[in-house]
Amino acid sequence: MNSQIFHPFVLPFVLGMAFVLTYCVVGLLRVIGQLSKDDRKKFWRSLVTPKTAWANIRDIVGDCLFHVKIWKRNPVLGYMHTAIAFGWFMIIVIGHIMLFTLKPLEGVDVEGFPRMFTNFYYPIFFKYFAEETPVFAFLMDFFLLMIISGILIAVVKKIHSKIVGVKRIMHFGFADNMIRFALWTIFPFRLIAEKTNIMAFWWLYSIDLFVFMFMLPFTRYMHIPTEALFILLRHAGLKPREPRKGYALAQIYSCPSCGLCIDACPMSVNDKNSGNTSAYFMKRLRNGDKEESQRIAETCMQCGKCVAVCPVSIESCDIKMSQREAVPYAINSDHSYLDAYESNETSNASVLYFAGCMTQLTPKIMRAMKQIMEAAGEKYEFMDKDGGVCCGRPMLLSGKTVEAQAMMAKNTELIKKSGAKRLVLSCPICYKVFKEEYQLEGIEILHHTQYIDELIKQGKLKVDKNGTNYVYHDPCELGRAFGVYDEPREVIESIGNLRKAKSEKELSICCGGSLGSFKLTQQERDEITANSVNDLMYNNPDEIVTACPLCLKTFARKAPVAVKDIAEVVATNLI
Amino acid sequence: MDFGFCLSPSSHVKMDNVDLTTFNRLKETNPDINTCIACGSCTATCTAGHFTEMSFRRLLLMLQRGKEDEAKKMIQRCMLCGKCTLVCSRGINIRKILLDITR
Repeated sequence: MNSQIFHPFVLPFVLGMAFVLTYCVVGLLRVIGQLSKDDRKKFWRSLVTPKTAWANIRDIVGDCLFHVKIWKRNPVLGYMHTAIAFGWFMIIVIGHIMLFTLKPLEGVDVEGFPRMFTNFYYPIFFKYFAEETPVFAFLMDFFLLMIISGILIAVVKKIHSKIVGVKRIMHFGFADNMIRFALWTIFPFRLIAEKTNIMAFWWLYSIDLFVFMFMLPFTRYMHIPTEALFILLRHAGLKPREPRKGYALAQIYSCPSCGLCIDACPMSVNDKNSGNTSAYFMKRLRNGDKEESQRIAETCMQCGKCVAVCPVSIESCDIKMSQREAVPYAINSDHSYLDAYESNETSNASVLYFAGCMTQLTPKIMRAMKQIMEAAGEKYEFMDKDGGVCCGRPMLLSGKTVEAQAMMAKNTELIKKSGAKRLVLSCPICYKVFKEEYQLEGIEILHHTQYIDELIKQGKLKVDKNGTNYVYHDPCELGRAFGVYDEPREVIESIGNLRKAKSEKELSICCGGSLGSFKLTQQERDEITANSVNDLMYNNPDEIVTACPLCLKTFARKAPVAVKDIAEVVATNLI
Repeated sequence: MDFGFCLSPSSHVKMDNVDLTTFNRLKETNPDINTCIACGSCTATCTAGHFTEMSFRRLLLMLQRGKEDEAKKMIQRCMLCGKCTLVCSRGINIRKILLDITR
């Protein structure tokens, strides 16, 4: 054995480590510096508020260390990631604990060398410099083998991803491929170096570490240090304001490019469009490719499925929205003509019904709602019987947040003037904007699925049970956005048999009609619709039921069975 | 035929003199404009058209005739609600065209 306390082969590692630590500190200061004043205040406050502080600890341990969300999504990938990341973490921790138990090799004079400096690399190369205690030696070998088992799965995933249940994987450039190769070889080299003590492998091991750490800030592996910061910022309740600054920047660097959103994205049904998924969007943003990130942002349908499946909970939809907001427009809207508009009816109704633009195109929903409210003996009023003002969400989706205000102000005025205490909406697109953007204190906002469910439970509506087999499609803006999953299902179960779709609830597939996308062509939308219909037809239902007029209109073009709105189904089965 | 006088101002557009840059640019990025059959479904459903004279069919005609100023004035009324796109019998992505014009 050797009798040194220093060897030049540790230098690449020390250099790489110093570089990555400096970069992370600078990056941290940059992100915090780019937050707006209010956001920064919110951030500091969230760190000391017990509730968010606890959530921070829970999520950092759960997500960064144990990768609970990947386990939930796909256990094989969960093991793969945990084996590598948690195994590596344990090796580092045990290595540092071992510092206290290590005995220098015989004849080595430690006194002459600064202890602080040796502690920096001892845990990484300890087998070369010191003798270890048996218990720790076993643990170290155990975790090292665990990491290598994880790497083996990663290699299999790279060669044939379907074995681990992933259809499409990310395609990377040179830098990402190189750092991945470095990561894969670090641990085998370490194992060989430790077991054989061949000098070349100690060098290879150290150089691999250098390559990994030097390239880390420029590749997807930056998610390792950034995710913890992202969790803190997320719990502070921030929203991305600019596509590449502050909170959004933390999200961009937290994206591990795992590609789980590629299979999830409804657009991926056409392979050509799988490059428009969130994983690629985040990559383009990181590389500063403005044109492409803008294009992808405007192609996205904002269905939110990528956010639902993301193991890091990256809010890519919000970042895409901030990207849309960043576009300057030469012509601004002028909605001053709305000032003259007055709703012609005023009554003392307790329920105000707002159909919305999309429901105007599907008048059968309006008729059904009228029938239902009359049967229940409700005092109701139609807010936009002869065409009303748009809710403003389509304009918001284009990134024109200021210009949507005129419509929102008009609707707010009309609603407040009516004196109704409850607002019922048939369109989830409207529902989302009324819930999130409107200032309607004291007025309860309900989607008609919730309203009908309530009427049935209160006994105001009596429905006939028949033997029809229904399948329910969760509209994106009702399900994923607000978690309204149970009410429509309970309503349907009180009328007929509810069959399951292949993907349900937060995994439901967008109908393809979404107003969120500006760039998708009709043909591309049709492919998405066909895929979504296939998914719904999984258990051969007699009818497809949905709760969104846009989904209804979109599905009606492609579905092999009848497509109905939930209100229609209830109205035709009233006793 | 020009008699040197008329009862109403002439609506005659001399196509040699008009500037079609906006329309041609639009045609390049949105080739589906060419498939429009001017059926008027977009105009019939238009939410803004309920309150104003907003009409996508007319807007397209204005651009084809080089009447850019009028078109730009009209497009300010649009609420981008997307009903026109949904009812379009030719599957033209009207919302994108409307957005592109305002850029």
